[in-house]
Amino acid sequence: MKRLDRTTFALLASLVLLLAGGPLLPEWALFLVTNSLAKGLVVLGLLLLMRTGLVSFGQGLYFAVGAYAAGMMPRAPGLSDALALMLAGGVAAGVVAALCGLLLARYRGIFFAMLSLAFSMILYGLLVKTSVLGSTDGFNVAARTVLGVAAAGAYGRYAVFALTVATAFAAGFLLHRFLGSHLGRLAPAIRDNELRVEYMGASVRNVVHLNLVIAGILAGAGGALTGVTVGHIDPEMAYWTTSGEFVFVAILSGTASVLAPFLGSILLELLRSFAYEYSPNTWQLVVGGAMLLVILFLPSGLWSVFGRWRKVLR
Amino acid sequence: MSRSRLAGSPLSLLLALAFAGSAQAQAPAPAPAAPEKPFKVGVVTFLSGAAAGPFGVPARNAAEVLAESINAGKAPAPYTKKGLGGRPLEVVFLDEAGGTAKQVSEYRDLVQRQNVDAVIGYISSGDCLAVAPVAEELKKLTLFFDCGTPRIFEENSYKYLFRTDAHAAMDNVAAALYVDELKPKLKSIAGINQNYAWGQDSWNDFEATMKALRPDVQVTTSQMPKLLAGQYGAEISALMSGSPDVIHSSFWGGDLDAFILQASPRGLFKKSTALLTAGETAMYKLAGQIPDGTIIGARGSHGVFAPDNELNRWLRATYQDRYSVPPVYPAYHMAQAILGLKSAYEKAQGGGAGEPSVDAIIAAFENSSFETPSGTIKMALGKGHQAIEETVYGMAKNSGGKLTFTHVKRFPAEKVNPPEGTKSADWIKAAFSKK
Amino acid sequence: MGDVLAVVIDGTIYASWLFIIAAGLTIVYGVMRILNMAHGSLYALGAYAATSVVGAWIRGGRAPLVSYALLIAAAIAVGLIFGPLIERGVLRFVYGRDEIVMVLVTYALFLILEDAIKLVWGVESYFITEPYGLLGTVEIGPLTYPVYSGALVLAAIVTGLLLRWGIYGTRYGKLLVAVIHDREMAASLGVNVRNVFLITFTLGTMLAALGGALTAPTVSVVPGMGVETIVLAFAVVVVGGLGSMPGAALGSLIVGLVRSAAVHFFPQVELFSIYLVMALVLALRPRGLFVAPEARKI
Repeated sequence: MKRLDRTTFALLASLVLLLAGGPLLPEWALFLVTNSLAKGLVVLGLLLLMRTGLVSFGQGLYFAVGAYAAGMMPRAPGLSDALALMLAGGVAAGVVAALCGLLLARYRGIFFAMLSLAFSMILYGLLVKTSVLGSTDGFNVAARTVLGVAAAGAYGRYAVFALTVATAFAAGFLLHRFLGSHLGRLAPAIRDNELRVEYMGASVRNVVHLNLVIAGILAGAGGALTGVTVGHIDPEMAYWTTSGEFVFVAILSGTASVLAPFLGSILLELLRSFAYEYSPNTWQLVVGGAMLLVILFLPSGLWSVFGRWRKVLR
Repeated sequence: MSRSRLAGSPLSLLLALAFAGSAQAQAPAPAPAAPEKPFKVGVVTFLSGAAAGPFGVPARNAAEVLAESINAGKAPAPYTKKGLGGRPLEVVFLDEAGGTAKQVSEYRDLVQRQNVDAVIGYISSGDCLAVAPVAEELKKLTLFFDCGTPRIFEENSYKYLFRTDAHAAMDNVAAALYVDELKPKLKSIAGINQNYAWGQDSWNDFEATMKALRPDVQVTTSQMPKLLAGQYGAEISALMSGSPDVIHSSFWGGDLDAFILQASPRGLFKKSTALLTAGETAMYKLAGQIPDGTIIGARGSHGVFAPDNELNRWLRATYQDRYSVPPVYPAYHMAQAILGLKSAYEKAQGGGAGEPSVDAIIAAFENSSFETPSGTIKMALGKGHQAIEETVYGMAKNSGGKLTFTHVKRFPAEKVNPPEGTKSADWIKAAFSKK
Repeated sequence: MGDVLAVVIDGTIYASWLFIIAAGLTIVYGVMRILNMAHGSLYALGAYAATSVVGAWIRGGRAPLVSYALLIAAAIAVGLIFGPLIERGVLRFVYGRDEIVMVLVTYALFLILEDAIKLVWGVESYFITEPYGLLGTVEIGPLTYPVYSGALVLAAIVTGLLLRWGIYGTRYGKLLVAVIHDREMAASLGVNVRNVFLITFTLGTMLAALGGALTAPTVSVVPGMGVETIVLAFAVVVVGGLGSMPGAALGSLIVGLVRSAAVHFFPQVELFSIYLVMALVLALRPRGLFVAPEARKI
């Protein structure tokens, strides 16, 4: 058997720990972890884009497409399992990403960021205008079953949690393998120097397009899972501040490891939850302050802390 | 060594944190003798953001002074018992800002970590829709006090959920009836509403009722600027060029202020009468700017339109005493929720002093009616979970820097709310056609 | 025909308001390569400061005509206090980092400023009506416009001309252009880049605050007013070309006219008309209207 590398080992350990520890968690924590892991999927997609040198201020587009696709599924009979919802979300967002990618794949830097922002704001505008889908109020999403377990009740909540954990693990593992593959290694090369990559015979546009689609699928699955967890979706998911938050988590976590997005996502939710409880009138100030400190003192993201620990402990 | 393993799997850090948090939260609170144990209510309203000033803060303030006054036994009949049937009322406040996902998360927190006995809250319809299924899932008595969308009890039915204010269809149906009655020569209408569910619904209900009442009335334009746009120059031009007789607007807060401030100097209100369905929250600040003849509503018989009863005098005195401004309609909505809860709780006690079960409170609440500063509230819709109330419109008249009202018309609750089991949109189409 | 005239007038007024804000955003980006998300909060800060100062002045029963000078003074004061504070206190520590990191730094500043404003002014709305009504109104066709809106247009034109003179006609402006073109080269030729950055950011802050202060008499100053404005200003500078002053002017005009045409003829699409324009312009001219394509580095 092949020796497991450290990331795969850490992923497996987290999977086992979370699945075993889940039933012990109080409900609010279970909810918090499920929600953050779902959002972590979106950030995982951003990690791939950032390795390619692209920062999207419009991941909210795919996040919302995934959520709305999932939300409309239970209206069709027989397709109300959370797993089906998630797959639908991923596929729908992937298709949208493939389409938008036709245009987006040509853009770099701040223009890529702004064009993706424009796309997500157009979707926001369309959703607000669509009263069948509840306009800004959105609508409730209820998966009837989760992996065959009835969604109502404590088992259902754990099943949603388990589904999210398993998805996060699978996505993390696959992306980790992808990043190590030939295609995946082109990403940092494109970030460093596109022209050289072209001279080597690879198509920069195709690679960027592919990475956009992967990031889109991840964001769509994350949106669908968020919809199932929260039980409600609305156009705010496509608003630029939502996308901005994903970018924030991505920068906060750093791009060093596929585990980082999930950890960063959980930490932000915890920070927000506690800032909100202990400093209800100034929680934005606390979050903003924490953000500044991280950027100023941990230039490579939170993950660099673990790198340092590892060195110290060895 | 085990510590390096922990570092290798950072998620364990979170687990440790979460366990620490839960251990703290689940530590048994010292339980005093049963009757004195406070009844803890989580109150969720906007404390930050644009909706805080006009809605959230007045509602929060009302909850604070009313709880104090009720606990001191100062409320008038039929609420003379201290607290809730002898149990002191404890209120914890939470900010409604941040979107639906955050509210769902905070709601769970409120119920599961802060162990409240009931939740009163939510001004935003989106938050109400998102919280509703969670309340049902967690089986926690929850009272929506202000949000407007009719969808909540028209699309679903709930056991643990009550709404103690009438939904927003009432505001716009009554507005159309008022216009129909006071403007016999009405030829055209126009609208300017914020581009989100509340604004869209308000305009649709108003337009539909108006069209049913007066099939030949023209709509010159329906403007939908986005929330918090602030600049309405082009919209005002578009409204002016159609010279409609009446301009309907469900604007609120800073947007309403800005619209009035920009439109007044341009003479928009000389040609057209403004109809502000939620105008009451702004009437004290804008008293000098609101032109005579403007039709103003308060989403029920609240504020200046409230009936002259003992409860209303109590609310006004208690509120004004502390905050030195008169209470506006969100404060009345809050009073309805608190008094509704108190009334149901004490009814469930059945005259005794015991601690009724949640089921008993719910049974007492369903289909009940109770007295409030806004008159009698009847839980008539949504299988006894959705309130209907009387509503009022009047025309503003400036006298010496203060607004007074003429042509005040009261609409009985049953006339401006759909009957049980009928969706508002269908009811509007069917009920008001004069054919 | 009257409608078209109204579209042009309304669009121009809206564009003037946008231009003052976008000019500050684009100059900061052009010189410092920082897309300042906190620009909207600085705009709000200008509006709050102006409302407080003018409100106090009018309540004191003093000559209302002075309030126009006070509006501008409030904006300058906000610029002189918060520009150096933010640039020296925070931004200078992150120079040289990735553009996106800079965006996040300013996003953090935006969160902090939003709460700081709330701590000082609370959640109530404030308004001052006197400066808006004082100048009277004019009739144009069937429509009435306040003279103040004309003054706003004038203010935008004057701001634009002053900036143009400042950049092309003064020594400091020439240094600025040198830094925009090549920061390292400028520094090695002895340009004090540190000072250029400080002055630029202060100027940008002042322009944001000026936009807020001049709008204050027409709106109600409320929490969250900066959030909506900042995306609009982004759209303007992206359409015009980031860092380009004529681009900001043209971008404002395009966005203003498109929005006002949408309001008059297709109110249904007003909500996303601006983003459609932005996507369209970027699809045709990937770097905006006024920026030449960049040579690819090998």
